[in-house]
Amino acid sequence: MTRLEYRKLKSAVALGLSGAATLVGLFFLGAILITLLKHGLAGMSPALFTQMTPPPGSTGGLLNAIYGSLVMIGIGIAIGAPIGILAGTYLAEYGRGTRLATVIRFVNDVLLSAPSIIVGLFVYELFVVHMGHFSALAGAVALAVIAIPVTVRTTEDMLNLVPQGMKDASTALGVHHWRTVTSVIYPAARSGILTGLLLAVARISGETAPLLFTALNNQFWSTNLNAPMANLPVVIFQFALSPYQDWQQLAWSGALLITLAILALSILARFAVSTLQTGRR
Amino acid sequence: MSALDASAGRAPAPTVSGQPAVADATAPKIDIRHLNFFYGQERALTDINLQLPARRISAFIGPSGCGKSTLLRVLNRMYALYPGHRATGQVLIDGRDILEPSVDVTRLRYRVGMVFQKPTPFPMSVFDNVAFGLRLARRMPQAALEQRVETALRDAALWDEVKDKLDEDGRGLSGGQQQRLCIARTLTVEPEVLLFDEPTAALDPISTLRIEETLQSLRDKYCIVIVTHNLQQAGRISDVTAFMYLGELVEVGPTEQIFTTPRDRRTDDYVTGRFG
Repeated sequence: MTRLEYRKLKSAVALGLSGAATLVGLFFLGAILITLLKHGLAGMSPALFTQMTPPPGSTGGLLNAIYGSLVMIGIGIAIGAPIGILAGTYLAEYGRGTRLATVIRFVNDVLLSAPSIIVGLFVYELFVVHMGHFSALAGAVALAVIAIPVTVRTTEDMLNLVPQGMKDASTALGVHHWRTVTSVIYPAARSGILTGLLLAVARISGETAPLLFTALNNQFWSTNLNAPMANLPVVIFQFALSPYQDWQQLAWSGALLITLAILALSILARFAVSTLQTGRR
Repeated sequence: MSALDASAGRAPAPTVSGQPAVADATAPKIDIRHLNFFYGQERALTDINLQLPARRISAFIGPSGCGKSTLLRVLNRMYALYPGHRATGQVLIDGRDILEPSVDVTRLRYRVGMVFQKPTPFPMSVFDNVAFGLRLARRMPQAALEQRVETALRDAALWDEVKDKLDEDGRGLSGGQQQRLCIARTLTVEPEVLLFDEPTAALDPISTLRIEETLQSLRDKYCIVIVTHNLQQAGRISDVTAFMYLGELVEVGPTEQIFTTPRDRRTDDYVTGRFG
């Protein structure tokens, strides 16, 4: 075998292996989606969006859980996004090279991979124990605690991608650094930061453990933030483990709903980002 | 130091509104005295003494690493952004030492504009790009702002090409247009000194020509300092040329004299292409 043939063979083997690895990954992703669609689609009906979670044996939907999830994710992001973005800004723009920033970055990375059940326990100790009952607000705080490290990380990464030349050009115009950050760097990194927020939303949409300890669940319609509130992940958890056929069906449908919602959100955000890119006068 | 004998015969420059009228366009605007510069422990500039005329174009030439860009970045204190960078000596602009710690660097950079090698349009419309520095510096009526933007774009020889797309993203312009956009953006705030750090190094020959024409049209209004690797460019556009080598200022004089009858052997070798 000539040297060229040998190298061609090596190339073919490497290509084959990486192709096979891709196929394995895609196979499981496809299998999950197909299973989800097969079981979840059967339960798709108007009732799913208009009726409350039922007791076993009677008909119902997921309206209270959908509402609860939306509320808690919304409040969670509203708390987590500003903190995460500001902290990321500090790390990228103000604290670069300082000891404090190094420590914060390290702690943030630890938080990023911390099991979410620990976050649930933390908020349980901090809020639920002192308030004496489970509440939607505690659930939102737990979700915020999970969203913050994701946002910090992506914000810092995205701000670091803004070319130094652009920052220098703004500075050279006699602009204070904070104005450079808000008027030049944020717009330049906008799509990246939005993508980071979206990742955070996607991450907390499926979190079950922290909500088990904080918002718990609620069989009925409730808009009281100071009381337990239904939410999709905990309902799925509870219903999927139940022996009742109709509850299991609702769990499948709920899982499909979460998946579709995240998919829709991703597409929407990409679309919004690309139209936002063009500047206005 | 009378580096400007060669250009003394030219017509006096018109006064620019908003700036104190200086009778003599060739009177020194910037006076650098015993300037040393350090990157940490490493010395990058050694005892630079140099005067730059008020409304003329000065060029810094020299081989890579000779310190010409470093010297330029001292003039608006851009170096202060980086820890460990340090300058000693004096740099007087209109008689005031800008190296003093009490100097407000934001205000200094507002007066001393800078254009970089790579065009750096901001992620916003053409209009917003040009209005950027002015908007942040002071409040002014929209009509006045639009007037200033138009004037700056005309001065940068870009108005005719962008007047119908002021609302479009500045990053959509061609490379040469982007660079003139950056020049216009610097002109809007009506600085007194304009610093150019190899402004055409990333551009094609046609765009380079347009930028040089732009610089020529600005030469009577501003104290312009340009760093360039392109000797022909320095010869074409500058009134005064300073040759630097290994962190030292070897020779400064009227451009014609530097290129035809340099006093120092090293200058002669460089401008005739024997090294560099």
